[in-house]
Amino acid sequence: MEAIIEVDGLRKRFGRTTALDGMTFTVTPGRVTGFVGPNGAGKSTTMRVILGLDMADEGTALVGGRPYASLRNPLGHVGALLDAAALQPSRKARDHLLWLAHSQGLTARRVDEVIELVGLRSVARRKAGGFSLGMRQRLGIAAALIGDPPILMLDEPSNGLDPEGIVWIRGLLRSLAAEGRAVLVSSHLMSELQDTAGHLVVVGRGRVVADTSVADLIETASGGRVTLRTTARPEAMTALARAGATVAATGSDTLTVSGLPAERVVTLLAEDAVPFSEVAAHRATLEEAYMDLTRDAVDFRAAGQEAAR
Amino acid sequence: MTVTAPYRSALPAGRDGITRTLRAEWTKFRTVRGWMITTVAAALVTMLLGLLFAVGSRTSCSVGPVEVACPAVPLGPGGEAVQDRFFFANQTLTGDGSITARVTSMTGVITYPPPDHDKLVSGLVPWAKAGIMIKASAAPGSSYAAVTLTGRHGVRMQDDFTHDTAGRPGGVTAAAPRWLRLTRSGGTLTGYESPDGTRWTEIGTARPAALPATVRAGLFVTSPSDMTVKANTMGGSIVQARFTQASAVFDRVEVRGRASGAWRGDDVGDDGGKTDWERYHRPSGLLQAGGTLTVTGSGDIAPSRDGVRVESTLTGVVLGLILVIVVAVMFVTAEYRRGLIRTTLLAEPRRGRVLAAKAAVAGAVAFVTGLTAGAVAVPLSVAVLRAGGNHVLPVSPLTEVRVVAGVAALFAATAVLAVALGALYRRSVAAVTTGIVLLVVPYVIATASVLPDAASEWLTRLSPAAGFAILQSIPEYAHVTGHYTPSDGYYPLAPWAGMAVLCLYAALALGLAVTRLRRRDA
Repeated sequence: MEAIIEVDGLRKRFGRTTALDGMTFTVTPGRVTGFVGPNGAGKSTTMRVILGLDMADEGTALVGGRPYASLRNPLGHVGALLDAAALQPSRKARDHLLWLAHSQGLTARRVDEVIELVGLRSVARRKAGGFSLGMRQRLGIAAALIGDPPILMLDEPSNGLDPEGIVWIRGLLRSLAAEGRAVLVSSHLMSELQDTAGHLVVVGRGRVVADTSVADLIETASGGRVTLRTTARPEAMTALARAGATVAATGSDTLTVSGLPAERVVTLLAEDAVPFSEVAAHRATLEEAYMDLTRDAVDFRAAGQEAAR
Repeated sequence: MTVTAPYRSALPAGRDGITRTLRAEWTKFRTVRGWMITTVAAALVTMLLGLLFAVGSRTSCSVGPVEVACPAVPLGPGGEAVQDRFFFANQTLTGDGSITARVTSMTGVITYPPPDHDKLVSGLVPWAKAGIMIKASAAPGSSYAAVTLTGRHGVRMQDDFTHDTAGRPGGVTAAAPRWLRLTRSGGTLTGYESPDGTRWTEIGTARPAALPATVRAGLFVTSPSDMTVKANTMGGSIVQARFTQASAVFDRVEVRGRASGAWRGDDVGDDGGKTDWERYHRPSGLLQAGGTLTVTGSGDIAPSRDGVRVESTLTGVVLGLILVIVVAVMFVTAEYRRGLIRTTLLAEPRRGRVLAAKAAVAGAVAFVTGLTAGAVAVPLSVAVLRAGGNHVLPVSPLTEVRVVAGVAALFAATAVLAVALGALYRRSVAAVTTGIVLLVVPYVIATASVLPDAASEWLTRLSPAAGFAILQSIPEYAHVTGHYTPSDGYYPLAPWAGMAVLCLYAALALGLAVTRLRRRDA
């Protein structure tokens, strides 16, 4: 099976709320795809539709070219972690994995392999109800890996993990992707994905607002702006405006220049002998880029909530 | 972007099929200790309640202040307990032959019937019998066949207590006598009736289980108690029974074949107890005047209803079933409560299959539980009851197996119903409550004699509680007077028909649950 997730034109309404509004994207193998957007943007719904749990009103979602529901060995194709708390508390961790293994015709040996992989061996025979959120996340990841699938979908996997756990999961996700798997990881925090995801699908209000690589996204968000620190603000503004740049004063001695690369700014200022202490190409953080992209969605939601009150 | 070769798992693909879904569900079930403990408790409670009842029951008989062994209850040829009490005017008959008689009168007395209970009334109870009989011996319970006139059911041919064939209806008067004939040819007896002694109509044939070469052939009369049922103001009904007696006048009596020729009278099944009526007015017996024989008798020739039933050792079944409902509901609702149902549906997206597997596992577990409980409780409790001097109505091994298997079937069908309810409600309390309201409540109110009899019968016909019929060990006989209601242990539906009603409910609920599971988002 091809390690690819294809989501095309998904629409879904819950009563009067539009949860998905033409959600379209593709997840390809070999890299971690971050699925990011504010809470309520439709990430979890999209994942549930891909996994055949929810039905979309319109559109298709295919894994390896087929609807999930038609898979005959589903956990051997797709591994998913949706909700780490979805455990029978009185069942031992190992037994939770055991029934999953049995459901795929796998044996207890595979259970022990994934327990080892996620580092739960010492607690495998304890009841899952006593697990911390971090341990539950690990158990959920073990469950997702039980069928050794080429496609992985993890909903907010870092939730509740301690810093060590976060480092561990980042490494794990990267190595899984490096093996040629398609890995889709959702988060509402861009910072979680910053170091892991090679590709980003940014969503808001039930649709994709950006489908891009991390580098391109930062590039776009930076918008070629240059930050200039100078004591001669008016002169600098005149000189740069004459060359066709858009200049904005952002502080008592700082200007933000758009439309000119940094080298050109330096040349122009030197020609006019305008003093300056610093010229820096502005590089947006991923978080800023994300905020830019999703501001609309968040604003909309806030407004909607107020209207509802 | 780096292009990586798509991932290929080295893990061998498991074989597809329902068995692995079943195995997964069984793994789920057995790995929750609470469910396993409750399942064992369901078996234990079923066994122990029956055993407790058995240990606590003692029957003793005494003559005056002296305790004596209770008299043995006669058993019919089929092994069932019988009443075999009647007056028998008979001759011995060896080999093939026949007996023919004309009945010119059949009368009777009923002592102190309602409304005022202060009079002796002449009349016949519906199943008073007067007729001709060929019987293996005069011992109660021995094999026989008879052609008999009855109080209100016309002419009948009956044999070996449990078999009854209707002849022509109507009674008898001097102006319209009835002729009866019974012929023996080897092991086969054929009954005839005639209005005039020339035109004969065959009623039927019988092959009594054990007729020796030499048998008793003769005239008999008996009359069972008069039974009236009145509704109790506190609910249920009050059954009253009173002594009755019947007399019949026979003439043109002819015994063909190698017969002894002289009439002898046998008070078959007489236990020595006599009513005042018999003592001071008219005893049972034979009066012979020329060719006219008048026979008077009281009692019944029928399967016995009196005694402890095998299924009374299964009072714990109701409690066991409540536990079965709880476990089977939890088996489903626990997944909804935790969101685990999504994981289950990821592992097997065919939702009908998931629910079918759950029902099958819960049903199989319940079946084994019920089978174990029944197989221990029934024989053990019956043995304890008998050791305590109690008269347990004997049943055939096949019936006992059916009752034990019935516990298993009842448990299994209930578990399937509960799984379906769990999937429909997705909440434990609502599903458990519905399960109890559908199955346990109708059973309890139908058998606790709080409802009018008709209501109890409809309840055990239409509600899932109809399934309890599978436990009924003593069948209802149309030709035996009795109060046949669920509170007496008689269900309106046959055992397997009652079970089928419960199964139908379970299947319907499961179908509904599958449909809903398929349609709704998980």
